[in-house]
Amino acid sequence: MTRTNLMAGTILASALATGAAAQTELSMWYHGAGNEVESEIINRIVGDFNESQDEWEVSLQSFPQGSYNDSVIAAALAGNLPDILDVDGPVMPNWAWSGYLQPLPIDESLIENFLPGTKGEWNGELYSIGLWDAAVAMVTRQSYLDQFDIRVPTLEEPWTLEEFDAALVKIKESGEFAYPLDLGMAWTGEWYPYAFSPFLQSFGGDIVDRETYSTAEGALNGDAAVEFGEWWQSLFERDLVPGTSQDPADRDNGFVEGKYAISWNGNWAALNILNEYGDDTLFLPAPDFGNGPVIGAASWQFGVSATSEHPEGAAAFIEFALQDEYLAAFSNGIGLIPPTESAAEMTENYKEGGPMAVFYELSESQAKLRPVSPGYVVAAKVFEKALADIANGADVQDTLDAAVDEIDADIERNQGYGH
Amino acid sequence: MSRSRLTQSNRAGWTMALPGFGLIAVFIILPFFFAFGLSFTNQRLISPNPTEWVGFDNYRQLMGVGVLTLEPERDDAGAVIRDEDGAIEYPRLRGFTRGNPDYAHLDGMREWTSWQWGEDRVVLLARDVVFMKAVVNTLTFVAVVAPVQAGLALVLALLINQRLRGINVFRTIYFMPVVVSIVVVSLLWRFIYDGNDGLLNNLLSAITFGAFEPVDWLGNPDTALPAIMAMSIWQAVGFHMVIWLAGLQTISPTLYEAAEIEGTSRWQTFRYVTWPGLRNTAVLILIVITMQAFALFAQIDVMTGGGPLDSTQTIVFQAVERGYGKQDISGGSTISVLLFLLVLTISLIQRYLTRERN
Amino acid sequence: MAQIDPSNRGLRLAVRYAVLVLIAVIFIFPLVFMVVSSLKPDQQLLSDTGSLRAFLPVGDISLDNYAAAFQRAPVGLFIFNSVLVTAVTVVLALLVCSLAAFAFVFLEWRGSGLLLSIILATLIVPFETIAIPLLLIVNQLPWIGLDGFTTGWLNSYRVQILPFVADGLTIFLFVQYFRDLPRELIEASRVEGASWWMIYRRIVMPLSGPVLATAAILKFLVMYNQYLWPLMVVQEEGYRPVMVDLQYFFQLNRAWGEIMAYLSLITLPVLAFYFVLQRAFISSIASTGVKG
Repeated sequence: MTRTNLMAGTILASALATGAAAQTELSMWYHGAGNEVESEIINRIVGDFNESQDEWEVSLQSFPQGSYNDSVIAAALAGNLPDILDVDGPVMPNWAWSGYLQPLPIDESLIENFLPGTKGEWNGELYSIGLWDAAVAMVTRQSYLDQFDIRVPTLEEPWTLEEFDAALVKIKESGEFAYPLDLGMAWTGEWYPYAFSPFLQSFGGDIVDRETYSTAEGALNGDAAVEFGEWWQSLFERDLVPGTSQDPADRDNGFVEGKYAISWNGNWAALNILNEYGDDTLFLPAPDFGNGPVIGAASWQFGVSATSEHPEGAAAFIEFALQDEYLAAFSNGIGLIPPTESAAEMTENYKEGGPMAVFYELSESQAKLRPVSPGYVVAAKVFEKALADIANGADVQDTLDAAVDEIDADIERNQGYGH
Repeated sequence: MSRSRLTQSNRAGWTMALPGFGLIAVFIILPFFFAFGLSFTNQRLISPNPTEWVGFDNYRQLMGVGVLTLEPERDDAGAVIRDEDGAIEYPRLRGFTRGNPDYAHLDGMREWTSWQWGEDRVVLLARDVVFMKAVVNTLTFVAVVAPVQAGLALVLALLINQRLRGINVFRTIYFMPVVVSIVVVSLLWRFIYDGNDGLLNNLLSAITFGAFEPVDWLGNPDTALPAIMAMSIWQAVGFHMVIWLAGLQTISPTLYEAAEIEGTSRWQTFRYVTWPGLRNTAVLILIVITMQAFALFAQIDVMTGGGPLDSTQTIVFQAVERGYGKQDISGGSTISVLLFLLVLTISLIQRYLTRERN
Repeated sequence: MAQIDPSNRGLRLAVRYAVLVLIAVIFIFPLVFMVVSSLKPDQQLLSDTGSLRAFLPVGDISLDNYAAAFQRAPVGLFIFNSVLVTAVTVVLALLVCSLAAFAFVFLEWRGSGLLLSIILATLIVPFETIAIPLLLIVNQLPWIGLDGFTTGWLNSYRVQILPFVADGLTIFLFVQYFRDLPRELIEASRVEGASWWMIYRRIVMPLSGPVLATAAILKFLVMYNQYLWPLMVVQEEGYRPVMVDLQYFFQLNRAWGEIMAYLSLITLPVLAFYFVLQRAFISSIASTGVKG
């Protein structure tokens, strides 16, 4: 008898407890482990959110960026996804298609003014939103350009292919630098598609045919792509760019140390350079290789997992994090582009006249998303390998053909990836 | 041993062996059969599409090969066209392998290797060239590392087998790399092999008084695999040295004394006294090294990622990249099954060649 | 043998030592590089790699990198995880495998030959080939623990331990060793009415010092240095072992000094374990591995 009483009592008590809205815990995964600046900011946001209301409590788990995607996939297999997770922009369609994410139940008016690159949309629905956008630019010093009598390109009048190429050759001939241009071949992984597919697109090609997303034929191995491939290969043959065996330490510090004259680098690495060279630093737009200059877009964004039982709570957190002060904090901390103009005004680098303000305009006018498709995960790896192989001297047409075949086969095996 | 009531005990036997066997069954045998089964499907790591049975498709995709003979390009007069270097020009393979209905069986294949045959060029094509290269690289690695590592280990064991003061210190030092993780070793050796300022280049430069040109060891397709071989041997040789040492120390000293009395040379002593006593050890070492060599993965993952130009692709690396990186579990499983068959074949051959001829 | 000329002898001795020392240098220099580099600040570390200074603790020496490494990642936790997982696996492995080997060697029971052959056949299967199917399997396995009945073993200690407790190589080592033990001892005890378990515990195990040490060291090395499996099955920080977390140090702007410090820290337990057990280990290989 006492036992049933005890059980009844427990059930009653727990019912009361849940009814009384004890804080519901929301789990969240973030990719910033090991990165002190990012960790500090995200912890602050979580702390502020938890304090600002009583209903939800977010607990944060950090992962090192390198293994973050693998961790999420393994967790998805186990049915163990957190409520809130962040996802790299181009990967988001794959996760949405695979059923990891659910559409974001946030108030869309909040993000009306956000840069297009920060919004993750798939199949007509919004799945993720980013607290920043990332861009790439040609980083160099005014003094270098003056020394070699090279014109400073502007957004309206970027360098042409001939101009850019000639400039590189001139710098090379002076013998003052180890290499005229640093493309960052040491950063294997997502950097390659992110930083280099814009070049391909500017030549007129693309990773996949964006009309149908069902093949890469013609886009990745057509005439424009081959032209790009041959120019790409020539950069390494002419010793204008350090190749695939570049030391990562050189990529991180080479420009600052004076080894390279120009660096094709992202704005997350820009702070370092600004600190070293101050006003002499120039962030230049990408060259126009024939079809208009292009840079990449979309970085890490927040989403809600499909298995989350509290999407409203997750949405509440994300809406909270979208406030201007946090957008500005991230921008000041890691140098990335804030998604709104109002946030930009609050930052040191992106406000009107700030040293990196040009990135904001670049992102607005030149940014092009990587192919929005679940097949991107495989296509990116294939593209990366193709670029590395061409850089190492493989036949351009054959390599591109092989890449196309692999991407096509993968799309077919997945029944078109839901397009 | 004769069967007796004293040794027969079904229940105790099964009880004692069950935990061990059970664990192995669940964690090794079961996954293996699972992999075998998966290789006949199109299973993805995770996907909303249902899994389908595809039969031998995956195997065909991996192992498909073809041969094509190319005739040289001829001009209108029928003479062979040559380019600036004097080499004969041939039509591009694309014309045959991409959408050419006359050569449907070659569709999608790529060139693996080719050679001259008179005026023609014979091209060996493969459906998955990267996998083929991985197989060749792995076999090369095994074929070189097994004898070299075993041989070096033997030499070191002979050196350590001397009666010198403090010889144990040397033995400890030679074994130390074995204890360090291969991941740590790979990271350290990246510094050593660095093309610009690496320790190896600097050392060679210093020794030759600047005559040596720095080599980009890991960035050059010709030197990448040998570099990894050298590093792998460096790491593991101490382990096999110790095994040889144990074998050496079981050889009865009386045999050595007899040899000394008869005045045999050092080489003869080795050949007739030492070597026969080491036979069993040699077999064990060879088998262990071979199996370890086939599992080449961590060094590639940390140092080269399979490049440059696929010169360091290995079978296990391909299996992991395909299964986990490209989310194609069925492809990864197929490669695993093929690897197992390969290792099995080679192990059986080894056992056959080294069997005791009693 | 020729007359031993004292001066000749001294020279030959010197030559022998010289050769041994030269080889020792080859084996030890990367480790020296690692430890010495961990004491230097990043800039100096990178510039020193161009010269002999890479091996010398000169310049701006300090333990700063170690402090920074602890700041960047919970190094202590990772080392604890690795040591815990490794120790538990080793102990369980010695128990389970020796038990099984005991049964195969000393007892007669139906199916023992078949089972042993199957187990030895698994020696051929490289781990990486079954890693992915194992991942899928492990994800479905049930477990009864503090949380009650749960399925899925990801992010736990057991997923890092249990798949590796029993393996063909360890069982093989024990089988080889047990086969060489004197049978009369066993037979005599059986005649006196001892149960198998008693024989296992009181007679065979105490005699097995060498093989226990060998198996322990081999298992320890494999478990501590694991890379692929933990990468796939453990995502939560709380359970991560040491090798996977190298990633923490490979963010943008790699801090090579901290990386060297971290590498030195994680190599330390293994070296310690090795130094302590090496005498037993090396003498034990003599008794076990060789009999072919």
